[in-house]
Amino acid sequence: MFAFIVRRLLQFIPTILGISLIMFLLLNLIPGNAALSSAGRLELAPEVVEQIKAELGLDKPIVQRYVQYITRLAQGDMGQSYLRRYDVSEVVFSRLGATLKLAFAAISIALLIGVPLGFFAALKQGTWMDMLLTVVAVGGVSIPQFWLGILLMYFFGFMLHLLPTSGYGNGSLANLVLPALTLGLGYTAMLARITRAAVIEVLTSDYVRTARAKGLSELAINVRHVFRNAFVLILTTAGLLFGSLIGQTVVVERLFSWPGIGSLVVEAIFQRDIPVAQGCLLVIIFVFLTVNLLVDILYRAINPQIDFE
Amino acid sequence: MMLKSIFAHKNLMFGGTIVVLVVLMAIAAPLLAPFDPVFDADLMNSEMPPGGEFLFGTDTNGRDVLSRVIHGARISLSVGLVTQILNTIIGVSLGLVAGYMGRFWDDLIMGLTNIMLSIPVIVFALAIMAALGPGLINLFIALGLTNWAYTCRITRAQVLSDKKKDYVKAAKSLGYSRASIMFTQIMPNILGPVLVIATLGSAEAILLEAALSFLGLGAQPPTPSWGGMLSSARDLLFVAPWLSIFPGIAIFVTVLGFNMLGDGLRDLLDPKSVGATKLGGVR
Repeated sequence: MFAFIVRRLLQFIPTILGISLIMFLLLNLIPGNAALSSAGRLELAPEVVEQIKAELGLDKPIVQRYVQYITRLAQGDMGQSYLRRYDVSEVVFSRLGATLKLAFAAISIALLIGVPLGFFAALKQGTWMDMLLTVVAVGGVSIPQFWLGILLMYFFGFMLHLLPTSGYGNGSLANLVLPALTLGLGYTAMLARITRAAVIEVLTSDYVRTARAKGLSELAINVRHVFRNAFVLILTTAGLLFGSLIGQTVVVERLFSWPGIGSLVVEAIFQRDIPVAQGCLLVIIFVFLTVNLLVDILYRAINPQIDFE
Repeated sequence: MMLKSIFAHKNLMFGGTIVVLVVLMAIAAPLLAPFDPVFDADLMNSEMPPGGEFLFGTDTNGRDVLSRVIHGARISLSVGLVTQILNTIIGVSLGLVAGYMGRFWDDLIMGLTNIMLSIPVIVFALAIMAALGPGLINLFIALGLTNWAYTCRITRAQVLSDKKKDYVKAAKSLGYSRASIMFTQIMPNILGPVLVIATLGSAEAILLEAALSFLGLGAQPPTPSWGGMLSSARDLLFVAPWLSIFPGIAIFVTVLGFNMLGDGLRDLLDPKSVGATKLGGVR
């Protein structure tokens, strides 16, 4: 187990290096030179532009800049904002808490509602309840998330005056409800579909037939065999879904004026503040990779026979 | 036989019907729309609720929301089409090269594919938007370059299994070139799965375009795009809710159509696969 964790951690390093290289090239090679575009609107004299480039280190060759960037990144330094002279790491990490809170609330909703619904649908396979759940799940996958958020905002915030429609509200739970539902409901539908498919697959497997033949009660079969085996698949899928979910926080945060990394990256893109955008996106990817690493380890702990090689 | 099984698939029929209707709506937009989506602006008619002359109401500039929703289909469908053509070309070409050439090319391409899979599509698209700046064309590029990893993987897997089969060996001994074996012998076998991925991918691209346009990164006003309409409607939600309702329904129905069509095609082409676990939804 220990060796497995170490090996997984070592695999992590080339992945994060590759990603940081791609992101760096994407954001620093494409024309529309960042220094010029942040300074461009002011009609500066060419000497001044050169000076700004020198200050930001943009006059050096790209390879040198990448080496410098990655060395600093390893020390947790993500450079300075082009627009305001603040440390990117400081700002990004001050916003990380709000994003994580939203993302974990949303994935909890998805797991706590989606998995039982899918399990239930699989046991009642072919009945009208199963059909209804399937239809709702297909709808839930197709509904634009932010539009669902708009509807929830209108209904619960404006018509019923039950919940605040935007802002962080000093971290109060009431402010979290609508953004977390908006972010989580689509994934609830996906998890319900996946759970249903996974459970049906397990139900038709040989060992469940054997368990039945042994005369085990349905409850024991469901708990001991079906759920435990389906859980492995559900867990992996939830890990993968989490990546898309943490990416979608960008849209939901913007809709609800939630002060996380998502709203920061959108601002940074509008202002062409490349270091800030780059820092935000890297942190989002890093969170996703970490969650998947943890899922892998958990997966291995539950089911030691699985060999990843 | 084929026709009969097409009718037996409810998903395929229902989704296909929706997609065909949306395509027709996009093609015939100028004939169907009662007003011009951009130029028929009359401030005297600003923010009229639905009903009477304006079935879906009007926006702040007094433009007919129904006409804008009808024309919006053109943008959403082009996003679906263009991005999936780009993603399919990239994914299939890289998958063919990786599978057929093997060794160095395989390692390089699969390494890249795994990195693409470990970055959420929206995050990658945002990175490209950060580099290129906001705008509809840039959004096309961003979504067209970022979602090819699944296609690449499936193509490669198919090539690896076909490579050992007799008909490829036969083609080789007949002196066919590598490129012609790849494109004429192996490619037809992957069209089915690739079509399914592209159909489901269209749904995803339409959703992403709407979301990014909602953030203000896509089509800029006054272009009638559904996401863009929702973006300008945001501050008016409590005053003029119809501005937020109709474009949202349009996105929902269109995406639902593509998702059902994709699911239906998968059932038709690969009846053994178990629903959502294989491809759909998990991006």
